[in-house]
Amino acid sequence: MNKEELLERLTNVFRSVFDDEEINITESTTAADIEDWDSLEHINLLVAVEQEFNIKFNMNEVSNMKNVGEMVDIILSRI
Amino acid sequence: MDVLEYPFDVEYIIKNKKRIKKTLLENNNLIEKNIAILGGSTTSEVKNMLEIFLLNYGIKPNFYESEYNLFYEDAIFGNDKLDNFKPDIIYIHTTIRNIKDYPTIKDSIGDIDLKYNNITKKFQSIWENLLKKFNAIIIQNNFELPGVRLLGNKDVTDVHGFVNYVNRVNAYFYKFAAENDRFYINDINYVSSCYGLDKWLNDFYWHMYKYAMEVPAIPYLAFNIAKIIKSLYGKNKKAIALDLDNTIWGGIIGDDGVEGIHVGTDLPSGEVYYYFQKYLGDLKDLGVLLNIVSKNNEDTALIGLEHQGNFLHKDDFLKIKANWDPKNINIMNISKELAIGADSFLFVDDNPAERKIVKDYINGIATPDIKNPEDYVRILDRNGYFEVTVLSKEDLNKFEMYQENLKREELANSYTNYEDYLKSLQMVGEIASFKPIYLERISQLTNKSNQFNLTTKRYTLADIESVCSCDKYITLYGKLSDIFGDNGVVSVVIGEIKEKELHIDLWIMSCRVLKRDMEVAMMDTLVKKAANLGIKKIFGYYYPTEKNKMVEDFYQEQGFNLISADDNNNKEYELEVNAYEMRNKVIEVKCNE
Repeated sequence: MNKEELLERLTNVFRSVFDDEEINITESTTAADIEDWDSLEHINLLVAVEQEFNIKFNMNEVSNMKNVGEMVDIILSRI
Repeated sequence: MDVLEYPFDVEYIIKNKKRIKKTLLENNNLIEKNIAILGGSTTSEVKNMLEIFLLNYGIKPNFYESEYNLFYEDAIFGNDKLDNFKPDIIYIHTTIRNIKDYPTIKDSIGDIDLKYNNITKKFQSIWENLLKKFNAIIIQNNFELPGVRLLGNKDVTDVHGFVNYVNRVNAYFYKFAAENDRFYINDINYVSSCYGLDKWLNDFYWHMYKYAMEVPAIPYLAFNIAKIIKSLYGKNKKAIALDLDNTIWGGIIGDDGVEGIHVGTDLPSGEVYYYFQKYLGDLKDLGVLLNIVSKNNEDTALIGLEHQGNFLHKDDFLKIKANWDPKNINIMNISKELAIGADSFLFVDDNPAERKIVKDYINGIATPDIKNPEDYVRILDRNGYFEVTVLSKEDLNKFEMYQENLKREELANSYTNYEDYLKSLQMVGEIASFKPIYLERISQLTNKSNQFNLTTKRYTLADIESVCSCDKYITLYGKLSDIFGDNGVVSVVIGEIKEKELHIDLWIMSCRVLKRDMEVAMMDTLVKKAANLGIKKIFGYYYPTEKNKMVEDFYQEQGFNLISADDNNNKEYELEVNAYEMRNKVIEVKCNE
């Protein structure tokens, strides 16, 4: 899977979790760009992403994740 | 909604919970309840998940959430927000993470007893305080087992072991539950065990977010709480409509013949069905009404039921519909004949096409998604269709009561004059103010009755107790027995006295005793009581729901005058006490005050 394909799948996860079909994400997207993306929804988002790609983030990764790009890099390194 | 029935797709639920919630909110027949969550860990997702599972049961929750880990402070010291919230339910979400002071190997037995006393007294003071302060139901988690066993297998038997300690503390909780009827245990020890304790206790979620269990486990937790709540509000199923071929036995009786079907303990292929039947038999003992809907000729179906290996026999079923009509029609007919709502049925059939038709035609019926016979029992059981919160004597005798009713029907058919039939029943009614021994049944009836229910007001046991002890109300329960047996408490009336007026807040009757003039005997008694208290006028109210159309004209039939009706068909009626004429001629009424 390349980055584009991965971003597309990730976009669908974001759209479901935030129930907003208009969401488009890029590597530089952060929580500040999406209205409902608060710390509590962040947890659910990570669970949904884990389930989508059948991976598990560890504490270190989650603590240091700054934007979508870093999430993408971690996912790519796992699948 | 199928996705919220066991076995569920947690991934789908977590990803789509907002959409699921939106869809469920479209139901305009929801009852609202205030639920306070007092947490010992993060509760945000517990609240979200509980919301969708409750919505799925037709309950719309409003939530209060304690600040993080302030369950004890909220319960003991209270706060204005919680006090003003007026909770119907208080859910105390504590877990093994909240047991900080567990025994160590250095402790003496006395030290451990002290710790045990501290924690049990702490919780007991929480419960007693809440029970005293709020007229609410308390749901308390027990403790799941710890993730570490320092002493290995000895952890469970040695008083120093954490496992031993948890079991001891849990036993204390259960004792309190047995002694207090507004207090229920949410058995997370069981839920976590089914889920897998190692996954449940995933420390990632604890260290990162202070969730006591991993987030994907929360739907299972929420489902378990929702089952208790829906049971308390009368949303349990009451009856099962069972398919025969490949559902309660293996094979097809019409093709394979009685020798060819699989059921019984001799072979694995038959044993699996035998044990499913045994589970159904256990449900029957619990008061669940078993019926058959099968596409077979009736005599063929009956031959199958005579197979030696069956656990269940013909007499275990109230109604057997073996014919070639669509199953939804057969279920609707059973529902009418037994006078219980079709949405109180569970339809168990191995054929997904049959399930789909039934689900499409009968709103609210449950059609568990069963596939392999070895999973039938677990799927039915985990869905908690018959979750027991209060076990009443009526429930345990239900089957016999319905059987008696079917005999009454036979008798009715032999009379041409209906009043003659009613007289031949030699009915005796006990109609009196609420008595302590019946309060549980009365509260249960207010939550279970949907059809013969004028205002559809629900009362918890706590509500009933407070109505009972207040002289602002006239309360009546009605018991009815006849030559075929005792129906128990079948009707309940609550009227509020406002000076010289009586306002009927609640009028319900079990559909088991429809068309027996019980409502007439109740009204006679009510009017008599009101007259004795100097009441001049009685007001009756009808609030329509999807289910109570049968009583739309009830007050008119009882001699009341309509005084107002709004656009939603909410109606208000009035009766001059002086103008009322006693009408009961067929029931001998005993007051027994």
